Amino acid sequence: MRHMALTAIAAVLAGTAAFAGGADDDTLILNDEIEMVTKTAAPDHLSDAMDEIISGWHFRSDETQQLQTDDFENQGMIFADYGAEAWDTVEGSEDKSCASCHGDAAESMVGVAATYPKWNDGAEEVRTLQMQVNDCRTTRMGAEPWKYDSGDAINMEAFVTSHSRGMPVNVAIDGPAEATWLDGKDIYYTRYGQLELACASCHEQNYGNYIRADHLSQGQINGFPTYRLKNAKLNGVHSRFKGCIRDTRAHTFSPGSPEFVALELYVKSRGNGLSVEGPSVRN
Amino acid sequence: MASGVKPRVKVPKSASAGDVITIKTLISHPMESGQRKDSSGNTIQRSIIWRFTCDFNDQNVIDVVLAPAISTNPYFEFEAQVPESGEFKFTWYDDDGDVYDTSKKISV
Amino acid sequence: MDFTRRETLALGAGAAAMTLLPAHAFAQAAADAEMVGTPDEFLAGASASEGGLDLTAPEIAENGNTVPISVDAPGAVEVRVYALGNPTPGVATFRFGPLSGAQFASTRIRLAGTQDVQAIAKMADGSYVTAMKTVKVTIGGCGG
Repeated sequence: MRHMALTAIAAVLAGTAAFAGGADDDTLILNDEIEMVTKTAAPDHLSDAMDEIISGWHFRSDETQQLQTDDFENQGMIFADYGAEAWDTVEGSEDKSCASCHGDAAESMVGVAATYPKWNDGAEEVRTLQMQVNDCRTTRMGAEPWKYDSGDAINMEAFVTSHSRGMPVNVAIDGPAEATWLDGKDIYYTRYGQLELACASCHEQNYGNYIRADHLSQGQINGFPTYRLKNAKLNGVHSRFKGCIRDTRAHTFSPGSPEFVALELYVKSRGNGLSVEGPSVRN
Repeated sequence: MASGVKPRVKVPKSASAGDVITIKTLISHPMESGQRKDSSGNTIQRSIIWRFTCDFNDQNVIDVVLAPAISTNPYFEFEAQVPESGEFKFTWYDDDGDVYDTSKKISV
Repeated sequence: MDFTRRETLALGAGAAAMTLLPAHAFAQAAADAEMVGTPDEFLAGASASEGGLDLTAPEIAENGNTVPISVDAPGAVEVRVYALGNPTPGVATFRFGPLSGAQFASTRIRLAGTQDVQAIAKMADGSYVTAMKTVKVTIGGCGG
């Protein structure tokens, strides 16, 4: 199935497959302490599509991989540090900071990012981590919400996510979240744009092949937010989705839209079992 | 000054007299090269850190001149001798005249 | 008084240049005093031999924005690094002080495209040694 050349582009890519743009066999150990799970068996819901799920880390050069092995070298951690400052900063009418309710994030936030996006009973919706942060800001702190994927929002997401690194991604896809998950799955397999490409065209059927001079990964999002060498800043997953859909020459959804929330849940669930890596470093 | 500039250094806390230690430094800075244009086609003015120095007890370890070809968030790794207990001083000089510094003590 | 679009733009640019002058003048002064310059300027007519200077750089750089390099030149007092294919070739000058532990330094540099990276070390006796590496810079994927 993976090797079927479904589009003209895929046919060209297939020609270069012999040059091995695939995942390498390196091991990611964080700060000489945490061994990350970067390859593992695909979750049950993916068993028809692939056997193994692979972190995008394996598709990068040794030099780029190296940057993520150490918090000092990982420039994404600069932004997580800004998030740490915001965590302790009192804002809004209620005279509160994140820390006022949640205390030390190194304790209270452990494992949190691994389970987001997740269903919120009170609001009766699936929420991303950024949505949850903004709910805290508006209802508990009396502060202005952050714009989706803005610098402040991404810094906080990176800081909170950093406390889950090494823990397996584990988002719920059943129960009340199932309808949203199915919406996300629909988007994943829908062809968009003049190039008529679905997420699956590249990241399910052609991962390991080249796209121009670059490697196609499985499009896993266990490493988000991601510091990209390309723009030297942290990137949010919705902004990345937007970039992908734009490149199919389509009108795209907006960061924070219900479509991207659903897609985030679905794509994250394809990585259930991989270690949380955010903030990671990619090209 | 460029906004959000924050120096980070990694130095061992202790060493033996005469040891050679590895030091890593990173400072968050855009290192705007002066070669880029904004969306209206105007050249974005150069704004870089042009010099970095590391001294130990007032003696120089390394003195670096940076051109715009140094990447965003300049990173350096180098080695220093530690003859006695003391303090490393790290200084970054911005194009706009600002100076950022930080220091780290080490005991022998 | 009417201005054509072109004249207005020119005026605007002039005004912008004047506003920016003090900061820019400072930058230039700093750069002139401490420029990395070009290999020819550094060598000033002397010749550089090979050997005695290790330049480490990846054969293929995934992204030209952040290319890790290091230089190691035992006995050098100063090492300069040049990216010969950049708009300006100077990258960095490393001067090693009395407490340097080794004449070694590592950093991350920008390369505008596939090109040669050259390092030149000035040794304690005033002689020069050099090393060169070709780094291929790949273009990205779909640009997303």
